[in-house]
Amino acid sequence: MENVLGIINLINEKQHLKELTAHRNVASVPFGGRYRLIDFTMSNFINADVSKVAVFPKEKYLSVMDHLGSGKEWNLDRRSGGLHILPPIHPDEKVTGDMKQFYDHLSFFERAEADTVIISPGCHVCKLDFNEVLDYHKKHKADITVVYKDYVGELIEKPIYNTCSVDSDEDITDISFYTIPKPGDHVCLETFVISKALLVNLIKSCVASGEYDFLKDAVKANLHRFTVKGYNFTGDMPFIHSIESFHSSNMNFLNPTVIRSFFGDTWDVYTKIKHEAPTKYSRSSKVTNSLIANGCVIEGTVENSILFRGVKVKKGAIIRNSIIMQKGEIEEDAIVENIITDKEVKITSEKTVIGLNQPTVIKKAEVI
Amino acid sequence: MGAKKWIAMLLAGGQGSRLGELTIGLAKPAVPFGGKYRIIDFPLSNCTHSGIDTVGVLTQYQPLILNDYVGNGKAWDLDLDVGGVSVLPPYQGKEGGEWYKGTANAVYQNIQYIDNYDPEHVLILSGDHIYKMDYSKMLDYHIEKNAEATIAVIQVPWQEASRFGIMNTNDDDKVTQFDEKPKYPKSNLASMGVYLFNWKTLRRYLINDEKDATSSNDFGSNIIPKMLEDRKKLYAYRFNDYWKDVGTVESLWQAHMDLLEEKPNFQLDDQQWKIFARNANHPPQYISSDAEVSQSLINEGCMIHGKIEHSVLSYNVQVGYGSTIKDSVIMPNVTIGENVHIERSIIASNCIIENGAVVGNSAVTSDITLIGENQTIINPNKKKITLN
Repeated sequence: MENVLGIINLINEKQHLKELTAHRNVASVPFGGRYRLIDFTMSNFINADVSKVAVFPKEKYLSVMDHLGSGKEWNLDRRSGGLHILPPIHPDEKVTGDMKQFYDHLSFFERAEADTVIISPGCHVCKLDFNEVLDYHKKHKADITVVYKDYVGELIEKPIYNTCSVDSDEDITDISFYTIPKPGDHVCLETFVISKALLVNLIKSCVASGEYDFLKDAVKANLHRFTVKGYNFTGDMPFIHSIESFHSSNMNFLNPTVIRSFFGDTWDVYTKIKHEAPTKYSRSSKVTNSLIANGCVIEGTVENSILFRGVKVKKGAIIRNSIIMQKGEIEEDAIVENIITDKEVKITSEKTVIGLNQPTVIKKAEVI
Repeated sequence: MGAKKWIAMLLAGGQGSRLGELTIGLAKPAVPFGGKYRIIDFPLSNCTHSGIDTVGVLTQYQPLILNDYVGNGKAWDLDLDVGGVSVLPPYQGKEGGEWYKGTANAVYQNIQYIDNYDPEHVLILSGDHIYKMDYSKMLDYHIEKNAEATIAVIQVPWQEASRFGIMNTNDDDKVTQFDEKPKYPKSNLASMGVYLFNWKTLRRYLINDEKDATSSNDFGSNIIPKMLEDRKKLYAYRFNDYWKDVGTVESLWQAHMDLLEEKPNFQLDDQQWKIFARNANHPPQYISSDAEVSQSLINEGCMIHGKIEHSVLSYNVQVGYGSTIKDSVIMPNVTIGENVHIERSIIASNCIIENGAVVGNSAVTSDITLIGENQTIINPNKKKITLN
């Protein structure tokens, strides 16, 4: 796509994945056997041929920087365009809002050759075609297009989603903050299309008047002044708002139809290459209904589970309904059920760990 | 441009005709291996791990896939401003141009490329073997021996020695004689096709060899014997690890089966010596509730509903319900239908094996069955459906 600047906005991340976000931002949370959440947004940009992408992290961004590197896995190691990571420039100051951090990097926006900006967070697992959103934006001569999705799923405990009201002309008429959406409510996906000129003006004027939140101070405050359209995203996208929904949306991928729909021939989801060997199954391995990444060595039993890259499952070990992240080691005769182990967890031999009522997380590098 | 300590020249122009249908559309170094790699990944990864940052890849036969695969070398960390990887096909100059006549001639035609880097040493590699080798240890040995050429050798069983180029050496491993496929071998030290030369010496020999109309312009048959004749200091460097020539369908199959041992002699998942490959992006492999997988290597993008026993499956292989794959090698993007039986076979890339088809012969004395690229195998018993 010509003249489009992609922004991955991590400034408004909410910490509802508890232990999984203790030492990393939400965008870096591992997902689906070999990905990080941010890979889906990155790939949405790459699949739409957006060749200039800037990531705005707020905190705990070491893992996202390590993951994205020079951007070469996404073909973003370019002389013109490419990947930019723009963290807060005053690390001691509390970040007051995304507009403040955009303002601190205002010259980046001003210098960018793009005339349109697409802003998206780094936490949605979906195939969102930005070309279609952009066409919609142009066709409706919108000043700002807000992407929303009708809520599906169980009742959420905490009010964490922003919802929007849309009239029959697809105009956004109101935005409500921190709500508990009912099924069918329009959840704002924090994904927007806006012209660069308007965005730069809004960044300047908001910050000048001490307003720092893009959705509240730039979009909602201007609903009557601008044409703000709602684009209804109807594709697959799990709402991940808790450890349980994280677990179940991973488990949704234990289904050939879902795998094909997300990773079909025409839509690659790119991630960091680890150069792991193919996975090795021994004589004693018993694997059923599981998603297995490369570099694993499986000598035990794995049922209804997801193994990330480089997981070792020793003889006699049993893993059921669990997610074992990168380089986990499940030793001889250990039993792991209904568990999410973060990276590099070791369950020593003959230990049993079971998540009783809900999936339980075992913290990074813990040895049990 | 500053001088380089050493550079490598990788001979990747051979057809590998003994691999039959596997090399109709691609050169031997581009043949898939180990469920994820191509043969050329092994020498290229060895270069990266040995600290060689300049590699010329000499191509000739069916170079398109190989050129595209090597690309700018970034998979092997060889995407550098000075050096890195260069694909070197034969080219036309002011005096005309010609095909590479032999391995030595291929390097001769690229003297200018090598001179650009002004290296002290040049390592000559081939793209035919599966092995992990630290060439820097060979360089240390070469310098220690004050050699003009060092040839990597491996001990082979005596009864097989007459299939190889054999180095006869004195007690100090100084090479005294080179026997190409001797009927009565005097030694069992086989040349691995890995040569390290002082560039100034090699340069002179290449130029003289080119002037010799009777020469077949080959390292093994001409350059090495000529240097021995001239009493140059040639040393054999003993390599004691896994090394496999995969030049035939049988040996290619066997090298895959070697990977499936409980404790294999050759490990692909060595964290200290990863084999780098140009990765296509594929989701994790899915093993369904109906699948049974044992003693196998399976790569990303596979979707398995059948029974996989003692086999290697490359990326994007689909295996339908009720199918069995045993003692076989399945290359990328192969679609296998339902109730298929495959045994002791190599199925090349992009094949389609239709429902109910049977491939391979289970008798251990039988030859390995090879299905070439892009073929469709049907069930011979299938009733033909005719449309009116």
